[in-house]
Amino acid sequence: MAKVLMKGNEAIGEGAVRAGCRYFFGYPITPQSELPHYLAKRLPEVGGVYLQSESETAAINMVYGAAGAGARVMTSSSGPGISLMQEGISYLAGAELPCVIVNMIRGGPGLGNIAPAQSDYFQATRGGGHGDYRVIVLAPASVQEIIDLMRLAFDLADRYRNPVMVAGDGILGQMMEPVELGEEEDVQIPPRPWAATGRMGGEKKLINSLYIVPEELEQHNLKLARKYALIASKEQRWEEYRLDGARLVLVAFGTVARICKAVVDRCREEGLAVGLIRPITLWPYPQKAFEPLMGKVDSFLVVEMSLGQMVEDVRLAVNGRHPVHFYGRCGGMLPVAADVVQEVKKLYGGEGN
Amino acid sequence: MKKVFTRPRSLKDIPTHYCPGCTHGIVHRLVAEVIDELEIFDRTIGVAPVGCSVFAYNYFDCDMFQASHGRAPAVATGIKRVLPDRVVFTYQGDGDLAAIGTGEIVHAAARGEKFTVIFINNAIYAMTGGQMAPTTLLGQKTTTTPYGRDKDINGYPVKISEMLSVLDGTAYVARVSVHDPAHVIKARKAIKRAFEVQLAGLGFSLVEVLSACPTNWGLSPAEALKWLAENMIPYYPLGEYKKPAEVG
Repeated sequence: MAKVLMKGNEAIGEGAVRAGCRYFFGYPITPQSELPHYLAKRLPEVGGVYLQSESETAAINMVYGAAGAGARVMTSSSGPGISLMQEGISYLAGAELPCVIVNMIRGGPGLGNIAPAQSDYFQATRGGGHGDYRVIVLAPASVQEIIDLMRLAFDLADRYRNPVMVAGDGILGQMMEPVELGEEEDVQIPPRPWAATGRMGGEKKLINSLYIVPEELEQHNLKLARKYALIASKEQRWEEYRLDGARLVLVAFGTVARICKAVVDRCREEGLAVGLIRPITLWPYPQKAFEPLMGKVDSFLVVEMSLGQMVEDVRLAVNGRHPVHFYGRCGGMLPVAADVVQEVKKLYGGEGN
Repeated sequence: MKKVFTRPRSLKDIPTHYCPGCTHGIVHRLVAEVIDELEIFDRTIGVAPVGCSVFAYNYFDCDMFQASHGRAPAVATGIKRVLPDRVVFTYQGDGDLAAIGTGEIVHAAARGEKFTVIFINNAIYAMTGGQMAPTTLLGQKTTTTPYGRDKDINGYPVKISEMLSVLDGTAYVARVSVHDPAHVIKARKAIKRAFEVQLAGLGFSLVEVLSACPTNWGLSPAEALKWLAENMIPYYPLGEYKKPAEVG
């Protein structure tokens, strides 16, 4: 099939439709606007509903209603809007409702700016809202990967009855790349016997996150913990790039990982044994990617568009066995390949590495 | 022997947690009776709020959602957009609907969402300990207005029915009271009309029910009903603020 040229934000919309999503609730914010624009046109074509809400708070609660009523449903926002959604995401996690939330991350804190960033990593991977919960986080690095991961996002949400976040950045959302869409499948959405759709002669169903008796809430928390442990054991995803014989390993996700691939190539040309781990799931963090490298590499260099957030997960994975360094740009600035190469050269073969 | 009075099918046969003299129980029963009478029990989905009536999800026997504070109209919007042939209602108090949830209620009404809102106005936050609500009357003493609500400090009580009735998306808006049997019967009629408006697909419907909270008002149940009639009704006039021509 011929390739088509698409913007990342549009690819999210098309990927969602092809994954069987028929409901979108959202509030405008830059830099994800092309996604609601696309779905406002596309969803009515397939008998779906696009609804612009009065706020991100309302949007995520519409998602809660639609998910509880049994729909494949999505919302999308960026930084400040995702912050507003956190209460609702906590409720969705507590009530174990499947849904997909897109965060096209922009610069922060506060209003920050609309330029690309990765500084919502902590928020995305640590639950984000109140209470003990986790959200599955997928980080695509190309428009093609967006198409591929959207189906996975909805499938994981259903499999684990858990919110899934797709975390991109302004560059990924705005850039155009050729993509292979593939054949449109007739998606069978898994049955949802738990959904509250009206009793229709059946048992009463309740969508709820309130457990007023502490013993009962503890049991619910422990049940969620078992689910998160299962997800952590089964759903770690990552890409390895030129790790053969690597002494210094770069770790980066999303757009930054693409820059780091160029860094790896340039270093290899100059005879430096450098490789890359690109996490595709930010939670669960792909700790398994690091185990085979223990004792075989000198050090790690984590590159992010933030002051250093994922670097903490790399340190947890490496657990003191190797030095873990950090290089980042923030405020909407991009790491430049040449600067990362310089950073690699500073560290490569150096003492303590 | 003929049974002339029984529990509505739509209510579960369990004790509620409501205080003596609280009128939530009456309103629950009215909603349940209407659901029974309209024979919509099997396709009705309710949304419970945060507040005293949070456990409404245990008392109504239809499918239920529990929503975050103030967001029941957004949750109901999501449900109704996915299942347009179901009957959806929210049950919300004045803190939930008229303070933290004003954005959601106004925009659900403006969009003409086809669900029904039962809005309990008892002029106080009850579950959290009797604090001032947006509907607390001027001069009314609460735990956070110990000297009485002062317009210069706290502004004026919010009149939800009047506000929402001017929006084009609302089809039916009524304010009723449950302080005596005659008014209870009128309240039941309004609640039935609100559900009928939804069933006819005419738009958004809301019934504001003036309700008593003896515990947090510091009155006996009988005194509370009297206080409601003498103080709340003059500020919150009863009546149908908006009614479609299709409804008699």
